[in-house]
Amino acid sequence: MTYTDRLTNVSVLGSAGKMGSGILLLAALEVADQMLKPENKDRHFVINAIDVSSAALPGLMKYIRAQVLKAAEKKVVLLRGLYAHRAELIENSEIIDAYVDDVMGLIRPSTRLEVAYESTLVFEAVSENEALKVKLFSQINENNALQPWFFTNTSSVPIAGLDKGANLSGRVLGFHFYNPPAVQKLVEVITIAANPSEMKEFALQLAKNMRKVVVPSNDIAGFIGNGHFMRDALFALGEAKILSASMPMHEALYIVNKVSQDYLMRPMGIFQLIDYVGVDVVRFIMSVMNPHMPAEDLHSDELDRMFEKGIKGGQFSDGSQKDGILKYEKGKPVAVFNSDTGEYIPISSFAATADAWLGPLPESTMPWKNLVKAPDKDSLAALAFEAYRTSGTNGAQLALSYARRSREIGLNLVNTGVAHSAADVNTVLLTGFFHAYGPVNEFVL
Amino acid sequence: MIAGYNTISMGTGRKEFNPKKERPGLEHYLKEAGQATLSHIGGGARVDEGVVGNFMASRFNKQAHLGAFMAMVDPALQYKPSIRVEGACASGGLALVTGIKSVLSGSAEVVLAIGVEVQNTVKAIYGADILAGAGWFQRRKEGQAYFFPGQFSDRAGAYYQKIGREKARLAMARWYRNAIENARLCPTAQEFENKTANLESQGLTEPNPKSFTAHLNVFDCSKVSDGASSIAIVSEEGLRRCGVPVSEAVEVIAVGHAVDDITTLPADPTRLDTIAAAVKKALETAGITPGQLATIETHDCFSIAGILGMEAIGLCGEGEGADFVLAGHTARDGKIPVNTTGGLIGWGHPTGATGVHQAVTIWEQLTGKAGAAQITIPAERPYGLTVNMGGDDKTVVAIVYRKTT
Repeated sequence: MTYTDRLTNVSVLGSAGKMGSGILLLAALEVADQMLKPENKDRHFVINAIDVSSAALPGLMKYIRAQVLKAAEKKVVLLRGLYAHRAELIENSEIIDAYVDDVMGLIRPSTRLEVAYESTLVFEAVSENEALKVKLFSQINENNALQPWFFTNTSSVPIAGLDKGANLSGRVLGFHFYNPPAVQKLVEVITIAANPSEMKEFALQLAKNMRKVVVPSNDIAGFIGNGHFMRDALFALGEAKILSASMPMHEALYIVNKVSQDYLMRPMGIFQLIDYVGVDVVRFIMSVMNPHMPAEDLHSDELDRMFEKGIKGGQFSDGSQKDGILKYEKGKPVAVFNSDTGEYIPISSFAATADAWLGPLPESTMPWKNLVKAPDKDSLAALAFEAYRTSGTNGAQLALSYARRSREIGLNLVNTGVAHSAADVNTVLLTGFFHAYGPVNEFVL
Repeated sequence: MIAGYNTISMGTGRKEFNPKKERPGLEHYLKEAGQATLSHIGGGARVDEGVVGNFMASRFNKQAHLGAFMAMVDPALQYKPSIRVEGACASGGLALVTGIKSVLSGSAEVVLAIGVEVQNTVKAIYGADILAGAGWFQRRKEGQAYFFPGQFSDRAGAYYQKIGREKARLAMARWYRNAIENARLCPTAQEFENKTANLESQGLTEPNPKSFTAHLNVFDCSKVSDGASSIAIVSEEGLRRCGVPVSEAVEVIAVGHAVDDITTLPADPTRLDTIAAAVKKALETAGITPGQLATIETHDCFSIAGILGMEAIGLCGEGEGADFVLAGHTARDGKIPVNTTGGLIGWGHPTGATGVHQAVTIWEQLTGKAGAAQITIPAERPYGLTVNMGGDDKTVVAIVYRKTT
């Protein structure tokens, strides 16, 4: 089966979700590229957009149409060539509309899994529930005579377990996008020994055609991305717990969040990131990974307490941030949750005290948005850490121990065989988490 | 001509410009420019006729029938004659020609000419479709996505063959630098706030045929602009009626107006023959040579058009435009300062307004009203020239102006 054959009938499970919709978009654009090749003009291509929620499908189609339109507007030069044979399409607007119609014509929204029975490739982006994934894969596999390949977007569930559970004989691999898939450059590809070699080659070609940066990860729960993020989050929660012995919990959370953003020069603080992903999702990922980590306990009582009090985070359908550990106004944190009292405490009421505890930020520390644009990011970041080493402030000390732990987590991912190299760990954090420098760097020591 | 006025050329580059927010429309720009000119000549009661130059409001703004907006500009213009004229990007020049003819015919002593275009209503990729209307529609299909940049990219490619790519690119980058440096002296210019340090190296950015064109980059191109310009065209009687001193007027001494068959391709893409014909006629009528001009506003919709324009005007020989520009002759301190407020690349290109904007700039320079952009007008060379081009060298209006004494 050729690359194009494999893409003639594709299904995306969980396509109305945050990740699924992005994967559907990327898949549709790639299938359209195949469809528009002159040699494929007589071939028929289908993408099934499958989701349990019928109510979500119209919104999904609207979203996809808007995104395809944007993509088309950016590549009109190419499209004019592809549609040169269509004499009736003259203006850019006509060609763009024709392309959008052609792409949308590929996509069949459905709530029924049966449509995947004729697919040769199945992307899966349902919730992080191993049993559910196994059930869906089994059902499709048992009813599909085409020996389909399953590309799961799981960020934490081991692939070998899915393979065995659904009896797929190696026809599943991890193809893990970062949120939002259409924007984030990173795809973690997690293969298992049983994967056919042509399946791995196809995965790499597909990622390349989608203009993604591929980082191979070994099949160990959490892989590189969550392998780092979950441990980073647990360290942050642990530091907050220690600080809370001498200050209220909300101040401790504020301080750790601030250090992880301003001192570490990251795009957002660790608790804002947990809110972005979802407190419930983070908790769930930890619970999926934990059974596979006999030497560690990937679990946080503090997150449990918050979750029990209804703190979930995540995003509204328009992409705006829901309240979580932090409360947001216009996307900016304005208050911190205190799980003892069950209330949000306005940051303005304690920021002065907490900032005084941290001490002044050294001048060499740059805002993330400036650092990330600089050509010599590593040497600029190194200057900030040099200042932390000579500064006696609490903020600098916390920043050093935080960055050193982040480095240690990264090195452990290499030592435990999750990542092939420290460079891969850094690539994941740089491209999947938008960090300005990788965690595995000597300058944080 | 008297009482010229330019609105800001609005679009990318201006800090007030936010494509996501609602912006002023045609009505705003027509009123701002028209009323400013009227306020200097005693109001609409002094005006006999109005003329509006506009290219494509029918598509950019879904609005035709712009002549009737004159009575909105000033109620005193109600029931007076007013028309809209169109000749693609030479629409503004045609508005001037129309007004000049009315005055020469004796049917009017005072004509209010306004050029206007509001283009930022659509994304550039759709704007390219609209602007392609300046070419022959039967060739649109074979044209490039960015149609006019594509046409002039082909001209640039031919020019590279003729004189060598490196020199041509250097001259185009110099043209860009001159344009931006001049725009920085004019508060209404779209690039007034441009802070780029090394303009020539930016201008030398390698063109990308996959996303734009083979031989031009975006810095070689004029701006997408919203704006209006206006000026009053008056007879000597009209001047007295308006109470404006002669020292604040420029004298129009010659007009060259020429078209070429829109359905044909240029015989030689490295020549702008219609510009050459219109300018020749204007200069002959005026009885002067290119060397007697103090300043020129030329239609640099693309840097290559500016350079080929120098050859077509006769400032240098064929194939010598790049050398002429690289020698600094067109810079503001050069032999013949060209586009002293930035031209279409630096000041902006609200298409239907551009011809009028050029006249306003020459009027400012010859009457000493150009502010920080003011150049010295030598007493022995009291002449200015505007060259306004529609389409790919298909309609051209060239006008020669003289400083009043």
